[in-house]
Amino acid sequence: MGDDGAGHLNTPEWELPLRRSGPGCYEVALSDENRELLRTLPAQLRAAIAANPKDAVFRRLFPPAYANDEMAEQEYRRLVGSELDQSRSLSFETLSKTADATELSEEELDAWVRALNDIRLWLGTLLDVSEDRTDDDPDDPPHLLYHLLTEIQGLAVEALLGDE
Amino acid sequence: MASAAPVEVKEPERSEKTDLAKPWKVIVWNDPVNLMSYVTFVLQKLFGYSKEKAHKLMMDVHTKGKAVVSGGSRERSELDVFRLHEHGLWATMEQDT
Repeated sequence: MGDDGAGHLNTPEWELPLRRSGPGCYEVALSDENRELLRTLPAQLRAAIAANPKDAVFRRLFPPAYANDEMAEQEYRRLVGSELDQSRSLSFETLSKTADATELSEEELDAWVRALNDIRLWLGTLLDVSEDRTDDDPDDPPHLLYHLLTEIQGLAVEALLGDE
Repeated sequence: MASAAPVEVKEPERSEKTDLAKPWKVIVWNDPVNLMSYVTFVLQKLFGYSKEKAHKLMMDVHTKGKAVVSGGSRERSELDVFRLHEHGLWATMEQDT
């Protein structure tokens, strides 16, 4: 699994760019550049999925349920394939539409973490990332983008987990 | 509801490898992208597991490469796999041998 990118460990909670502000309520203080990324990345991923329905990214986003039973797998795909696609579209849509929001509901933030996860699966597969970030990691824009999204998703998950 | 006559229901065709008596298990596999906190979050959210149980299962996935996270009937397991796929987790199902 990927490490949680705990770059915010020493940041006081009230300064976190994404945090729980009340029951089922979350405050977002991301930069305009980051919001622009969140708004536009879902459409890019959708286009990539549509363009290459057979590649490694597609296989990672739509993994087989039955690894050793081709017939059962085809049946599973027939039953749930479009539903999985629809569910993904909904979370992408929520992320794009609420990218500028300063406050999110639990439902919206839940869509954020799923959409961010899909985008990270896409980038991570393309970049062939390994489990933990090391000093040898390239600092090119795609890797930096991947790590930025890791950080935002990590904060969002922490905020949601903090609700208990 | 009352019905006039029994209706014959055709069982859906299933793969020959299926033995109806044996339960299924749902497995989550390790992958380099999903965050540890996210996997814990998903297991708690989907299965209502305690923080401790979800964390232990997540650590099994992380250190042993996989963990059985749920199971039961084929239909139930398929639904669980679907929900895990919805959350981007790499999940498969197989029948106990």
